[in-house]
Amino acid sequence: MNLHEYQAKQLFAEYGLPVSTGIAVDNGPDAKAAAEKIGGDKWVVKAQVHAGGRGKAGGVRLVDSPAEAQSFAEEWLGKNLVTYQTDANGQPVSKILVESCTDIAQELYLGAVVDRATRRIVFMASTEGGVEIEKVAEETPEKILKAIIDPMTGAQPFQGRDLAFRLGLNSDQVKQFTKLFLGLAKLFEDFDLALLEINPLVITDQGNLHCLDGKINIDSNAMYRQPKLKEMHDPSQEDAREAHAAEWELNYVALDGNIGCMVNGAGLAMGTMDIVQLHGGSPANFLDVGGGATKERVTEAFKIILSDTNVKAVLVNIFGGIVRCDLIAEGIIGAVHEVGVEVPVVVRLEGNNAELGRQVLSDSGLNIIAATSLTDAAEKVVAAAGGA
Amino acid sequence: MSILIDKNTKVICQGFTGAQGTFHSEQAIEYGTQMVGGVTPGKGGQTHLGLPVFNTVAEAYAATQADASVIYVPAPFCKDSILEAAESGIKLIVCITEGIPTLDMLVAKERCDQLGVRLIGPNCPGVITPGECKIGIMPGHIHLPGKVGIVSRSGTLTYEAVKQTTDYGFGQSSCVGIGGDPIPGSNFIDILAMFQADPKTEAIVMIGEIGGTAEEEAAAYIKKNVTKPVVAYIAGVTAPPGKRMGHAGAIISGGKGTADDKFAALQDAGVKTVRSLAEIGNGLKELTGW
Repeated sequence: MNLHEYQAKQLFAEYGLPVSTGIAVDNGPDAKAAAEKIGGDKWVVKAQVHAGGRGKAGGVRLVDSPAEAQSFAEEWLGKNLVTYQTDANGQPVSKILVESCTDIAQELYLGAVVDRATRRIVFMASTEGGVEIEKVAEETPEKILKAIIDPMTGAQPFQGRDLAFRLGLNSDQVKQFTKLFLGLAKLFEDFDLALLEINPLVITDQGNLHCLDGKINIDSNAMYRQPKLKEMHDPSQEDAREAHAAEWELNYVALDGNIGCMVNGAGLAMGTMDIVQLHGGSPANFLDVGGGATKERVTEAFKIILSDTNVKAVLVNIFGGIVRCDLIAEGIIGAVHEVGVEVPVVVRLEGNNAELGRQVLSDSGLNIIAATSLTDAAEKVVAAAGGA
Repeated sequence: MSILIDKNTKVICQGFTGAQGTFHSEQAIEYGTQMVGGVTPGKGGQTHLGLPVFNTVAEAYAATQADASVIYVPAPFCKDSILEAAESGIKLIVCITEGIPTLDMLVAKERCDQLGVRLIGPNCPGVITPGECKIGIMPGHIHLPGKVGIVSRSGTLTYEAVKQTTDYGFGQSSCVGIGGDPIPGSNFIDILAMFQADPKTEAIVMIGEIGGTAEEEAAAYIKKNVTKPVVAYIAGVTAPPGKRMGHAGAIISGGKGTADDKFAALQDAGVKTVRSLAEIGNGLKELTGW
């Protein structure tokens, strides 16, 4: 799960980390009032969406009056912001962050991730802030400084000092940086983060460190113990079908093809999409229906797959390890019946009682094509969807 | 020979009296696994499935000298369960549970390494040496004792590979599901090294998927250290970047972890790769001449 910038900064503020005074609003008059309340003569107004590249897309503006803050808010609220990180439709804007303006002398980068290869939380800092950090890592990897956190001891002050000195900070900034580093490390662990990024972390004209942006991604496995973050969840930023599927504990990812896929197991679901493509078809989705593949889950999975009007045929691929295939076949028949599936459905069942399962499907009188193997299934579903 | 487990392996189960623990322990016993007891705190002294229940893993280990523990407890309690097993003296832990927070796994994995304990999983089907010992949730009946070692990040893809190697009559020496999480207890290299050293394993099937760089690291290892024929399949050629494909670890991020990169690294290491998961058995046949 991702947080909005204003939510991330709220957490930073709670951990005593330097952020601008800011107020998130959802209408024009409140944007004006927020600017007046913050005071000063310059403000930054920022559209809140779960995507980077907002500045270039016009979603961030420097304004000179509260009235301008209001007009920016009215311009964006209710619209979608399209950036290089979103799809062609963009992400809906339902909150605007109004902030006091910060004078920038230098832009740095500070981020942390769980690094899979070293199995550690790794902090990364760079003097090359404000730009795409992936690019810096690719082109000038020596400019990415790292601190590796031992899971048994946690982040230590010396690691913060080490990064700060290598960034070339002065002695007062080193103290500020170390405090920031330790605060972020604590926040990372307290909130089960998967990724944390401050880009840019700026040095102000007065020489102080300041978090100008905040990006936070949370480990979804840990949401059960993060009630506060759960409240921050903004479903409007997610694909509606994916969010609906998640309610049924189905893993669904929308793609742009025309062959719907329903599979048990995440790896097999990917492998099924791949084999559809290999035979000239184009998968419409990833869907892991889970181990049980009961009638209820299959029914819901069909509904989700068919809510995509591009779908011209559906491939059901179930490896019935412990569950009997004839029971799964009955579930599929019940679901096809209940949902009123009108597109052809190709079913490949493997495992326990597979032949009996195929027989049950053939005898159903429904528009269900029983496949004898995975390759056969892929060929049949591609043909059913109108060919390669 | 085989790897990790065989007919002499004594196994206990954590979460023994729960629904999952009960069902899969019954299946394991039926398969012939030497189940010697289980652990459910507060139910010590009882008998379940004809086996003793203990309050702690330390008690279970003292009484049974078990070689391995299989964990079916819910995700929020798995870090504690893994650490309890690791501290008890048991040398092999197989954790089936899906959904364990990543930060919990950083600590659990580190502690297992410090204690010299082998951890398999989490979020995996387990380990089986066909005809001898089954630890996990895989359907036993599709396996055939034989000569192919299988290692995989995905449960159902492992079953596909097992079925194909069984249908061709090759059979399996051992099959290891290392799991679909970003921080697995064991990685491809750990298991490849065991298969390379195991005289019963004559060829290896490796099944990867998008996300991370474990397959690339395995490719480099194979190039240097593995002399046995290896067939590899990678799932997720069609997966879009930035989307988590079911498994917590299956995500292409920052352009890294694509199936194409992994296929290329494995081909460069001299591994035979197959683009269709239905071709794993055939790929083995072509590569080995069996």
